[in-house]
Amino acid sequence: MTMLKEGRPTTPQAVEEAHMAPATATGNRALMLEEALIFEIGSTDTTGVDFADAPKVASRLGSLARTDSIGLPGLSEQETVRHYTRLSRQNYAIDLGLFPLGSCTMKHNPRLNEKVARMPGFADIHPLQPQSTVQGALAVIHELAAWLVTLTGMHSVAMSPKAGAHGELCGLLAIRAALEARGDARSVILVPESAHGTNPATAAFCGYKVEDIPATPDGRVDLEALKARLGPDVAAVMITNPNTCGLFERDMKTISDAVHAAGAFVYCDGANFNAIVGRVRPGDLGVDAMHINLHKTFSTPHGGGGPGSGPVVLSEALTPFAPLPFVEKQDGKFVLVEEETAEDHHAQTFGRMVAFHGQMGMFTRALTYILSHGADGLRQVASDAVLNANYILRSLDDVLDAPFGAAGPCMHEALFSDKGLADGFTTLDIAKGLIDEGFHPMTMYFPLVVHGAMLVEPTETESKAALDQFIMALRSLAERAKAGDEALKGAPYHAPRRRLDETLAARKPVLTWTQPGLAQAAE
Amino acid sequence: MRYLPLTDTDRQDMLSVIGASSIDDLFIDVPAQARLTDKIAGLPDHASELAVERHMGALARKNLSAGEAPFFLGAGAYKHHVPASVDHLIQRGEFLTAYTPYQPEIAQGTLQVLFEFQTQVARLLGVDVANASMYDGSTACWEAIGMARRITKRGKALLSSGLHPHYVSVANTMAKFTGDALVHEAPTLDAATDIDALIASIDKDTSCVVVQYPDILGRIADLTPLADAAHEAGALLVAVVTEPVALGAIKAPGHMGADIVVGEGQSIGVGLQFGGPYLGLFGCKQKYVRQMPGRLCGETVDAAGKRGFVLTLSTREQHIRREKATSNICTNSGLCALAFSIHMTLLGERGLRELATLNHGLAVQAADRLAKVPGVTLLNDSFFNEFTLVLTKDAREVVRTLADKNILAGVSLGRLFPNSTSVGNGLVVAVTETVTPEDIETLAAALEEELA
Repeated sequence: MTMLKEGRPTTPQAVEEAHMAPATATGNRALMLEEALIFEIGSTDTTGVDFADAPKVASRLGSLARTDSIGLPGLSEQETVRHYTRLSRQNYAIDLGLFPLGSCTMKHNPRLNEKVARMPGFADIHPLQPQSTVQGALAVIHELAAWLVTLTGMHSVAMSPKAGAHGELCGLLAIRAALEARGDARSVILVPESAHGTNPATAAFCGYKVEDIPATPDGRVDLEALKARLGPDVAAVMITNPNTCGLFERDMKTISDAVHAAGAFVYCDGANFNAIVGRVRPGDLGVDAMHINLHKTFSTPHGGGGPGSGPVVLSEALTPFAPLPFVEKQDGKFVLVEEETAEDHHAQTFGRMVAFHGQMGMFTRALTYILSHGADGLRQVASDAVLNANYILRSLDDVLDAPFGAAGPCMHEALFSDKGLADGFTTLDIAKGLIDEGFHPMTMYFPLVVHGAMLVEPTETESKAALDQFIMALRSLAERAKAGDEALKGAPYHAPRRRLDETLAARKPVLTWTQPGLAQAAE
Repeated sequence: MRYLPLTDTDRQDMLSVIGASSIDDLFIDVPAQARLTDKIAGLPDHASELAVERHMGALARKNLSAGEAPFFLGAGAYKHHVPASVDHLIQRGEFLTAYTPYQPEIAQGTLQVLFEFQTQVARLLGVDVANASMYDGSTACWEAIGMARRITKRGKALLSSGLHPHYVSVANTMAKFTGDALVHEAPTLDAATDIDALIASIDKDTSCVVVQYPDILGRIADLTPLADAAHEAGALLVAVVTEPVALGAIKAPGHMGADIVVGEGQSIGVGLQFGGPYLGLFGCKQKYVRQMPGRLCGETVDAAGKRGFVLTLSTREQHIRREKATSNICTNSGLCALAFSIHMTLLGERGLRELATLNHGLAVQAADRLAKVPGVTLLNDSFFNEFTLVLTKDAREVVRTLADKNILAGVSLGRLFPNSTSVGNGLVVAVTETVTPEDIETLAAALEEELA
């Protein structure tokens, strides 16, 4: 036998253009791996978990034993790890790059938060354990509550709401309870045109009629129109501040005073608190209730769509109506005030919003983040968030229309419109182009007061180098869209999927997997 | 500050691009009297990772965790073993640090998981469709009552006395504002559920009957007669499942005629976490899908004809419909749904059935052993992994005393129903695969001593 001595080629050879991206037999493209559904690769007889043998006992299930096949496929542990690892790689995430989704505050999620939340003393305790065995958990809720109250300059905080929209509900329920307590039935809630969709949805859910307040040409609430509408039928005004155009409502205090003078309450949507934390206290602006998205300002992970957490800070006037349960410190011990104990000194509560005490797993993360930053760091958070947004605004306002850019600085997010793009080119084309450039798109077509809105929120956790690359990419896309580069309309080209047919999905909804043969037979 | 990448040089360079002289200039729209000129007084400054970890660790150690003691609590939250790979996978940054999949081309990972999750949940609950999750079981339960109102155009819901009292509280809170009439009584210490009484109460104004299965006392009963009676009167049956592992052993509510099945998914993959975040499960019959709240993921194709997934039927949702939406919900429990789905995939049907059989077997052993303790009576004729013991004295005191001995004995009915003295001697005991024979003996011995 002779040894081959020529070895393998170590210099790539030139390839003709036509052969640059040949199809593969598997559909995979190197590190981009296609992955079937668990229903296609698993079987009901496979499991990735081993159990001890069950004791042999006579069943106490009566006649209710489940004998039909449930149809739940299983995978071995190795296959499970591979399935979900492959799927994960089809997601964009903050860990991969800048995620400038306006109003969503996609900042870095520190990993210390994850470590702390997983300490057994927090992760492995039951919500109904005797209170003597969960003093540390109650201390966390109490300590976080104190921070939130101090940072916002408010009187108290309801910790149990599960997310921002749930917090809105909490705030409006407190307002309604306060009005009812004084025998004052009011029927209308005023909401600016630029508000998040959750605001009118929440108000309607609470039984209120929703009326829009117009915006001024400079993107803020029209104070005169608001004042003119205030009257004995108005229960509250819901305002987002900084607002969804990325602007601070300069007249906020005047608005609050006018609202209070009319006997109504001010609800502030705190989704954008990240822009002002440590620099402005909503309590100083006359706010009566404001939810804080812990998953935005305080860095708890968004997790692909939750879980969120939406504590609501309350003014003194609304505090008696706060929901149960809440934590109090009495004689050096932390006490959970629930239905039973509330009767003594919190009889006006509007009741319970969730089964247990709120998003404890988010509380530990948020408190960890807050302690890491401290008072000085949190102020710097708002400073850098606003600096980064203004840097983007001023680096691009020569190629993209910034409808409110001339009026002055923005807060934490820069707003552009589709004005000036070539005919037939849209905000969607620019968004999908950003995907090919390796970025998550900005929030698009929101707020509704700007045509083809592009709302860019970089957050404070981006470096200047990352911002510069993003600016370069968005500038390039704006120029292509203005020049009418048809190729942009097909973007993205390099993502795991091309543009998806959302109309088809809604017209013929397929919401669960059905074995193909069975689906055809049913048709 | 370790999470803030800008240097002072960067800040100066950026300010000069902006044309501002200082960061304070960027806050000129804030009224001067509301502008804070320095950090908020009276709060500590930033701290090292080590210092923060020490502080939080000290607080964590003040809690008695479930793994440190014989543990028998249930009543809506259950301790199950979660395989190590579940927590590893949900911590992949591409899942953990992604947002709601609004850009489907770069969110197929999350979207495919949601599609698989919806299918798993629908099959487990025995319904046609399920959504991409809700906040938790209690809020899902309330949303189901609202959905029944929209479908039937009736406003009276009958809540079973076996429904978790905190779920009832949540529904009562909401009903005060929506005008729904809710009919509910506290349970009595009977072996039989209140299904017959519910059937007798259904009338032409009833929008739905809400029944928990297994119920708060651990009792299980065939829901078919209740479903038939509800349908006869034009009402819906809403079934609530707080322990989904049970559905590996007992019939699915959807197969007994329930129109809407909701649940708390915490048992599978999520962990106790002192009550949250948890995972609301929500499923229903196909014909009601357009009245369902919450996000839905659906199958479609991309421009190249490849299968893909998108959020769909969003014309029900707040960001499109605003004040006319089916619900104000925006966020779901995405990461908890992922944990549930991974754990369920690891289990598969075979593993789920083995897990359920193991839970039931241990619970039967525990119930029989504890019923032998003088002063203890077993209430239930039938149960899955949770049952009610009736003691000869107030169970609340017993639970507190045993906690001082590092035994977490169960949930007293006095804690759950503080205004209902007749159930005060009841103790709800849950037994999962994490309970050992030694734990059962320890609890039996401690109860014997306490009740002597």
